[in-house]
Amino acid sequence: MAAQFLLRRLLLILPTLLGVSVIVFVLLRVVPGNPISMMIPPGATQADIDHLQQLYGFDKPIVEQYLIWFREVMQGNLGTSISLRQDVVELIVSRLPATLELAFAALIVAVIIGILLALAGAYWQGRWPETLVDGVTGLNQAIPDFLWGLIFILILGVVWPILPISGRIDPHLSVEFMSQFYLTESILAGNFELLPVLFSHMVLPAVALALPLTAVIARTLKASLRETMTQDYILLAQIKGFGTWRILLVEAMRNALIPTVALSGVQFNFLLGGTVLIEQIFSYPGIGNMAIGAVIDRDLPLIQGLIITFAIMFTMINLLVDMSYRILNPRVRDE
Amino acid sequence: MSDRHRADRKFRGGRLRVLIGGSIVLLLILSAAFAPWIAPHDPLEQDLISGLLPPFWADGHNSVFLLGTDSLGRDLLSRLIYGARVAVLVAIIAAVLAALLGTVLGLLAGYFGGALDTIIARMVDVWMAFPPVLLSIVLVAVIGTGLHAVIIAIVVIDWTRFCRVIRAETLVQREQEYITSAVTIGLGRWKILWQEILPNVFPLLITLLTLEMGIAIIVEAILSFVGLSVSSDQATWGGLIQEGRQYVHQAWWVMTLPVGCIIVAVLGFNALGDGLRSQLDPIMKR
Repeated sequence: MAAQFLLRRLLLILPTLLGVSVIVFVLLRVVPGNPISMMIPPGATQADIDHLQQLYGFDKPIVEQYLIWFREVMQGNLGTSISLRQDVVELIVSRLPATLELAFAALIVAVIIGILLALAGAYWQGRWPETLVDGVTGLNQAIPDFLWGLIFILILGVVWPILPISGRIDPHLSVEFMSQFYLTESILAGNFELLPVLFSHMVLPAVALALPLTAVIARTLKASLRETMTQDYILLAQIKGFGTWRILLVEAMRNALIPTVALSGVQFNFLLGGTVLIEQIFSYPGIGNMAIGAVIDRDLPLIQGLIITFAIMFTMINLLVDMSYRILNPRVRDE
Repeated sequence: MSDRHRADRKFRGGRLRVLIGGSIVLLLILSAAFAPWIAPHDPLEQDLISGLLPPFWADGHNSVFLLGTDSLGRDLLSRLIYGARVAVLVAIIAAVLAALLGTVLGLLAGYFGGALDTIIARMVDVWMAFPPVLLSIVLVAVIGTGLHAVIIAIVVIDWTRFCRVIRAETLVQREQEYITSAVTIGLGRWKILWQEILPNVFPLLITLLTLEMGIAIIVEAILSFVGLSVSSDQATWGGLIQEGRQYVHQAWWVMTLPVGCIIVAVLGFNALGDGLRSQLDPIMKR
């Protein structure tokens, strides 16, 4: 049953990705402006320009360009970046791990802070801690990750410089990593001297990314906790004499989590989108940082490759959220 | 605490927020409108020997440049004031256009229902699934840089905020008795939509519009920060942040001042919007 559902969802992903690729491909090509103009050295002849056009296939009709591109993608080839003159797949593979580690770290921070805020708000309902929780939530929601990042740089990087504000690792450390997953690798390999360095670089960007999501989690979870607390089975638990904390954590949490999980999926997509800016602000070498460079340079092969990468991540996250939704909610599972 | 008492307190809190938010927004609009008269210097005028001067309260300041200078010796206060111009211009134009598009589609979807509603509602769902920051950068990549591109990007992304809420509200209004009466006395459907429903969703629209202006200011700052907005020598808050980020260890104020401006502006718009919501809603729904 579950396997069938998974298969159906996976099959649905393909047309979605196909649609995204067509839209992006067409949009990027109908706009005026020659994508290879920045490659042309001053004094190049028309013949040189034509040669480059031919080399990148920009002289062919758009449908043919797409078909060629699609055939190549099916063979795992996303072309060559115009501005960086490197293979797009290699570029993305080398940068993606940094973004994934950052995004997951942010997700973990957001879930922990969000749940704690919601629990505090639900436990001290109607008293001053709830007002405080609401205030913090409101502020986290009003100020976007971009501004949080800048505020952190100013406060913790400059005024009270206790944390590094750029990169993934201290530049003077020349550590050889086997993979690009620096943090995961260090944890798995038990390389604990490096952990403080890696963590200190990740804290500020991760928390900046996480704060807007904490607001969403805290708000949704608090509301559904309150709603769940009015259910009969909670009353039963109270009659049985269970303490409020136990009821909140054990009895109410599971049901209250369902709407939160559903909403967090979309929000995690937003968080991933936010890496583009946060990476730029913190000079963090991930794909988001690369995406802005690609847009500024009008590097079509790289932009396309990155958008497809983001689209795959978004669809995968949606799939994961749907799966966990089914696990948490038996009513959907038995459908 | 009784509900009445709570509602009362909320109403008064709303009035305070309108006052504070409104003053901030008004100040912002005034400095944008009268920038050439308020700004003490030409925002483009360079004075290379007085680069990165600190603001008036710090040591080594030069009282000619009240809030200090950037790396090219341009007056920061003047650049901030001119930056407000771009921010306010984008905020107003983009928010109004997004509101127009979203409201029209929302009203049509909510009132006429059927296939039209299905299409519009589905489109909103698909639209809102994309992360706005990424979408805006892709859009600017497609449209090209410049003020018009920023405005188009904001409208294309944020019309959904209006559409979704106005559609939901129209669905509620459509079932109200005054609409039944309007139908009974023989008012046409367009007339009902225009004369009966629109005025009733208007308070909500004003609230959304105010909040959207805050969002537009952030988007403009983001795009000028990454260098995808207006040309780099024109003064923008985002551009100043980008520059200040490079010199943050030598001259923290270059980045701090525009960040401060954006935060105050955004919180101002939010306070005004939230306050208006509680003031304009006579029944106090929430």
